[in-house]
Parts: sequence; structure tokens; C-alpha cells
Amino acid sequence: MGDVLDILALRAGYNTSVVLAGATLLGVAAGVVGTFTLLRRRALMSDALAHATFPGIVGAFLAAALLGVSGRSMPVLLVGAAVAAVMGVLSVHALSRSARINEDAAIAVVLSVFFGLGAVLLSYVVRLEAHGQAGLRHFLLGQPAAMSAGEAKLIGAVAVVAVVACAALFKELRLVCFDRSFARAQGWPVDALDLGILGLVVVVTVIGLQSVGLVLIVALLITPAAAARFWTERLWLMTVLGAVLGGVSCYVGVAISAVLPRAPAGAVIVLTASAVFLVSLFFAPNRGVAARAVRSARFSLDVEQQHLLRAVYEAVESSGAGSGGAVDVEGLGRSRSWSRARFAVLLRVLALRGWVRVVEGEEGRACVLTGRGEREALRVTRNHRLWEQYLISHAELAPTHVDRSADMIEHVLGRELVERLEEALRGRGALPVPLDERGAPPSPHPIHGGRGRGAGGGEGGA
Amino acid sequence: MSGGGGAELALFFVIDFPAMLAGTLAAVCCGLLGNFLVLRRMSLTGDAISHAVLPGIVIAFIVLGTRASMPMLLGAAAAGVVTVVLVELIRSGARVDPDASLGVVFSAMFALGVLLIERAGQLRNIDIDADCVLYGELEHIHWLAATGPESLLDPAALAQMPRQVVTLAAVTLVAVVVVVAFFKELRVVCFDPGLATTLGFPARWINLVMLGLVAAATVASFEAVGSILVVAMLVCPAATARTLTDRMSVQLWLSAAIAAVSGAGGYVLAALVPLWMGAEHSLQASGMIAVVAGALLVLGVVFSPSHGVVARAVRMGRLRVRIAREDALARLYRHEERAGAEGAALGGAELVGALEGVVIGRVALRSLIRRGLVERVEGDAFALTGAGREAAVELVRSHRLWEAYLVHEAGQRPDHVHRAAMELEHLTAEGESGRGRLVPESDSRETDPHDRPIPPRPPPAS
Repeated sequence: MGDVLDILALRAGYNTSVVLAGATLLGVAAGVVGTFTLLRRRALMSDALAHATFPGIVGAFLAAALLGVSGRSMPVLLVGAAVAAVMGVLSVHALSRSARINEDAAIAVVLSVFFGLGAVLLSYVVRLEAHGQAGLRHFLLGQPAAMSAGEAKLIGAVAVVAVVACAALFKELRLVCFDRSFARAQGWPVDALDLGILGLVVVVTVIGLQSVGLVLIVALLITPAAAARFWTERLWLMTVLGAVLGGVSCYVGVAISAVLPRAPAGAVIVLTASAVFLVSLFFAPNRGVAARAVRSARFSLDVEQQHLLRAVYEAVESSGAGSGGAVDVEGLGRSRSWSRARFAVLLRVLALRGWVRVVEGEEGRACVLTGRGEREALRVTRNHRLWEQYLISHAELAPTHVDRSADMIEHVLGRELVERLEEALRGRGALPVPLDERGAPPSPHPIHGGRGRGAGGGEGGA
Repeated sequence: MSGGGGAELALFFVIDFPAMLAGTLAAVCCGLLGNFLVLRRMSLTGDAISHAVLPGIVIAFIVLGTRASMPMLLGAAAAGVVTVVLVELIRSGARVDPDASLGVVFSAMFALGVLLIERAGQLRNIDIDADCVLYGELEHIHWLAATGPESLLDPAALAQMPRQVVTLAAVTLVAVVVVVAFFKELRVVCFDPGLATTLGFPARWINLVMLGLVAAATVASFEAVGSILVVAMLVCPAATARTLTDRMSVQLWLSAAIAAVSGAGGYVLAALVPLWMGAEHSLQASGMIAVVAGALLVLGVVFSPSHGVVARAVRMGRLRVRIAREDALARLYRHEERAGAEGAALGGAELVGALEGVVIGRVALRSLIRRGLVERVEGDAFALTGAGREAAVELVRSHRLWEAYLVHEAGQRPDHVHRAAMELEHLTAEGESGRGRLVPESDSRETDPHDRPIPPRPPPAS
């Protein structure tokens, strides 16, 4: 553990620190480029591109070895990787343009066949026992520990250039991502910009080969950007956040993988990024799972409270008691399909909010609407009845069929919509009496529910 | 049979035969099931499945310490469920493109699998590593009980057939049975899931069963070809078959045959051919299988008689020649009209015109002469023959009728219609029935909008 902290604090020696810095810059670049890749829906094309670099790397090594040059030189290998990546992209385009193969099949074919070619070439190179061939495997899953300081600096520099390019072209890239046809109509060179994004993906992939490896580099492009997506709607913030998350994932991932034996760096980096992603998925304030669950639960609670209020109101109404009439709690609980526990919770919440009062009587508990409670109950009931009336008069539904729909709609009708409803109904003469604040239109269908009690008691339920 | 030959044959059956069998079975199994992925444009789902099952496989291996197939299949199924749940959460929360959500989840799971496999090697004292995951271990599948071809008929030896081969054979058999038994349902679900549901086929269940079979095939093939190359097996044979035929039943069996050729041929090319050619080592078999599959796909795309690039170019070339021919005939006719004399000749260059290019033009001219529609008058001048004049009349009639139609019925301006009529005339010039139906009621007109006479309808051939 101490080792990891040493590395993280850049105390583990010059080489390690430079490699760490280079990898972090790579993560930043991947986060930025990944944002645009994500928005342009090129995520899996990047995967094909990455896998396609494999034969390029091995091929470059082979070519260098045959020419008597050291195959271990990184620029040579990276050039080979880039060339192969471009050929991969061209192959995807050529295949998907042929009539019977569509793009996803083309991507899958290029991804796997190029990788297979790389595997075959590698098996040949391994037999040659040329110097440096053992290191070729590391391009698959990443081995930053095998990087020299010079290589790390190159990676860092290229990453910075990529980020600067994105920043310079930010407005244009944003336009191309969100409204391509508008951009084209405005005269922006959208195809060139698209190619630019793809080119940046090639660059990030190629510099990421040693740190993350070609099999998993696509995850570094997608995951931090997708994680950032949970936190914000604004593109510039998403890009910055993606950069930060990508950088952090690489930073932590490389440090851990340097210390842990038999832990391929690519896997650790991707898992770190995925952990960050999971945290974002669950805990992001607006769009995270937790936030949505809370919102959803709160909304459910509100909805059911309003149902309960309306049930009380209707019970009082049907018993003929005036305001202040008490309703038997037991009967109320049975009027809708609440579980006993749920009903108890609802009643308590309503009581706490000061909308009902629960009183003990000789026949058991009863609840009474307070002033505020009655106003809210009235509002909900009115919404319900108005909507029912609307469905009957304008949508020509039978009165027995409108309760269900109104049950759901009553909660979401805003004041303005209610006024328009009333106007529409009045226009059709479907509103029997002019309304004021008190009183709701009568229900078009019989109401079954709790029995009312109180002055004038007697008539009981409907 | 000399002793040496017998020993070599035995060696073949111990080492090569089971590996080749495993590779071929993996290819056939995946190739057959892959049709449904390709047809439903779900090739990348196959990619995702093959990556996502890895942690399930590894965890099953760690927990149970065995590579037996049933627990692995269950582990893979569990991983599949986790994947689906996570993908759904991401899609609904981040509003991220479904491809990208898939990418995030399956690369995270793959990274987890890779990490576990590297660490699991230590736990279980077995030296497995990420290479197996990436390329499989065809070369390590041995049939130790074999002594020669007679072992194929020896139940005792057959009982010792390597586990991977047995699993693959079983899964292949299940795949074949399912595909044959449920061919009709699968076909409807592939092409029109909505129709399938209305016809009473449970489309969603069928979908799930097929994906489950794909997962099983992936797991079974995992040890043979690894997680990445299996994608080539899923997509390439099916895509190749699709370029060759339009009928699904033919496509299915063709893809199985192509897959078998890829599997066996790939193995032979990698493991046996190098040795036959005197090299000391063989090449990577699983990679070669993928390469062969890809090469067959390219061959299909280029050379397919119905959909291939070459076939389309030939068809296009023929069409261009025909149009050039007809244009030349019409040009000669108009020349005769202007000159007021039959037999008026045009020089070769003028006749051919600039529209179709020199080569096509010359080919067209030669074709006209061969068909007896045009004859060389002297030097470089050509004129219509009697038959040629008849053909030209049809064309010019079509052209002028179209012009009349466009002006009088479609309301175009007279100076705008020549271009369109030049293209449309070819549609209606050939064949009695076409013209009779397509050329509308402007039949009875005598002049076109440019006041040129419309040649009368030729008398029917007696």
C-alpha cells in the first residue's frame, strides 16, 4: 500500500513519475476526445480501429527487423499502428458500403479479422526471437512499466496537442455533434470535422497502446465521457469532467498496476474508470439511479397522499356531512388497495403535514380534514372530476370508464390547464354550475368508499 | 504402412485432429448461430456477449476449481444477466447511445475477467493467462488416447476425446437441432418481429433463446479460439453467405459450410502448411481461422455473382453500353431528319458523343455494327441500316412522347424537358409491353412540344 502511495505522490523515482504523468495526460486526452466520440456515436468504430492496430504494430516490427533496424523503437511501432488503424477504418467503410453488409457487421468483422491477422503475425515474430519481440505482447493489455521516460514524454506531448486541438475546434465540434445538417447548411466542412474526430481517436489510441493496450483502450475513450454525462447537460463541463475522470483513472490505475503483480495495467485502468462510472451511475444528483429512485418514491408518496385526501373528501361528501365531517379510518383503509402498513404511513404523513386530524371516537379512530387539508382535497377532487367530465364530453368515453384515467391525471394538472379545462367544459355546457373556490362538480359516476359520519349521518356510503 | 508413417499418422490424430475438430466445430457452431445476429443487425451484441461472459467463466473456474462446462455456462449466464441490467440502467439514466452503454459494460466486465484470470492462475496453481482469453488454446487440445484413424471407431478412445471437443460437439448439435426445428419461427422473428408477435410466435422469448445459445457457443468456443476471435466466427461466415444468396435456408447451410472450411482450412494453413514447407514452427491457428474467414468474406463481397462488386460493375458497364448504343441510334436518326435524307452519315467521334466516354462509346459503336443496326459507309462515317432505323424510330418516338407528356400533363416548360426525356426514353424504348403500358395517352399526338413530328406507332409485326 505504501508503494502505491509513493507512486501516487510522485516519490517513486523519476522514471516512474514521468510514466505516471504521461499516462495521466493520455487519460485526459482520452476523456476529451471520448466526449465527441460518444456524441458522434462512434464508440464502437473506435473499438474496431483499436483492434486493427495489432497487425500494424507487429508488421512494423517485422519490417524493421527485416531491414535490420531495431524493431523496438516506439515511433516505428506507432506509425505502423496508425497506418493499420487507418486501413481498418477504410475497410469498415468499404465493407459497409457493399450492399449486403451493414455497419455493425463491418465493424465486428474488421475488429476480429485484423486482430486475428495480428495474432498470426505475432506467432511468426515470436519464433524469430528477434530482440524486443517479447514486448509486443504488452501492446495488447498495456504495460506502462516497460515505458522509458522519453516515450512517456512523447505520449504526454501528443496528448497535450490533442487536447489543444479539441479546445481550438470546440465550437465547430459541438455543432457537428448536435446538428450536423445545420452545420452543413451553414457551410461548415462537416466531413472534414468528422474525419478530424476519427483522426484524434487514432492518435489517442496509438499513444494509449503502451499504457492501456489496444484491447481495452476503447473503454478509456467511452467510460469517463459516459460517466461525465451523468453529472451535467452542458458540453463544455462534460468535456472537462471527462478529462478529469480519464486522467484520474489512468493516474490511479497505473500506480496500482505497477505495484500489484500480474495485474495488466489496461485492466486496472479500465476497472478504475468503471468504478468511477458506477459511482456516477448511482450517485449523480439528477440523473443517477439513487436520485431518480428518491424522486420516484417522493412522487409516489405525493400521489398516494392526494388519493387519500380525495378519498376522505368523497367519503365526507357522500355522507352528506358538511366540512369537518369525520371519516372512519378502518373503512377508509379498505377503500383503495393500500396495504395496512402503507395506509398507516400515509395517514401519519398527512397528519404530520397538518392536513388531517386523527381523533379517537367510540367506534374507533376517525380522521377529519383540517382547513388546509380540505382545500388541497378539494383541489385534487376538482381536478379529478373536471378531467372525468372532459373525457365524457370531449372524448365521448362512458362515465364508468373515466375514473382510472382521472386517477392518474389529477396529480399533474396545473392551474393554467385547469382553467382551460373549465373553459372547454363550459363551452360545451358540460359544467352544470358555475364554480367558485368551494365545492367540486358532482361525480359523474357512483363513488364507493368509506362511510361518512357526522351531522346528518344516516345516508352512509353511496 | 511403414512404422514412421504410422507414427506420424498417430501423431496427427493425437495433436492435430482434435485441434482441427475443435476449431471447425467452434466455427460451425458460431457461424450457424451468427446468422441471426447478422440478420438482426446485432453483430456487436455478439461482440459484447463474448466479452461479457469472461468474468462469469473465470469466477466459475475459481470457485469450482474446474473447467467443466456446466458451471461455466451458468457463470456465463449470470454475467449475461448482470450485463443486461447494467446496460439498461445506463441507457435510461445517462441517455447514452445504446452502443456506447454496451461498450462501457462489456469492456468493464472483460477487464474484470482479465484481471481475475491473471490472479486466478495463482489461486489455483495453474498457469493460465490472458493469452488464452485473447486467442484460445487450440494448440493445447490433445487426444492422448488416439493411436491412429482406427481410434475413431474405438469407443474406449472416443470416450477420452478432449473435453473441449465434446462440449463443442454438444453445443453444435443443439444449435443445429434448434435451427432446423424452429426454422420458420426464427425466420419470421429475424425479418419482422412485429409480424411474428401477431402471428403468435413469442418473439421476445425466441430472441432470448437465440442470445442464450450465442452465449453458450461463445463459452464453448472460448477455449478453442478465445473471446475476440470468436466474433469473427459469429459474423464472417454468415455475412459471406449473405452475399451469395437471398434465401435464408440456403444462407444457413452455406454459412455452416463456409465456417467449416474456415475452421479446417485455417488450422491446416497455420499448423500444417508451414511444417510442410519446411519451417520449424507453425503459426497461430485461431488467428488464421479468423483471417481465412475474413478472406472468404472479401472474396464473397467482390466476386459474388449476384451482389459482388465485380458483378455489379459488369452490370453497370452493360447498362452504360446499352444506353450509349441507344443514344447513338437516336443521334443518327436526328441527323437524318435534319439532313432530310436517309442514310446520312455521321463521323465516329460525333456519333459517339461526349456523354459516355470514349471507351464505352467505341464499345457501343462496335456493338451496333455487330447487331446490324449501323453500317460503316466510308472511312470514319457510319449510317443507320434499315433495322437500325426501326430501332431508332422507337427511341425517338419514346423521347418525344415523353416530352409531350412532361409539357402537357406534368406542366413542365418545353425547354426543360429534353434532359429528362433523354433519360426516360431508355426505359420505354425496349420491349413492346413496356412501351405500351408506360407511354400514356399522349399517344395520339402528332408533334412534340418543339414541333417535331412524333413518329407514328409502328405496325405490329406480322
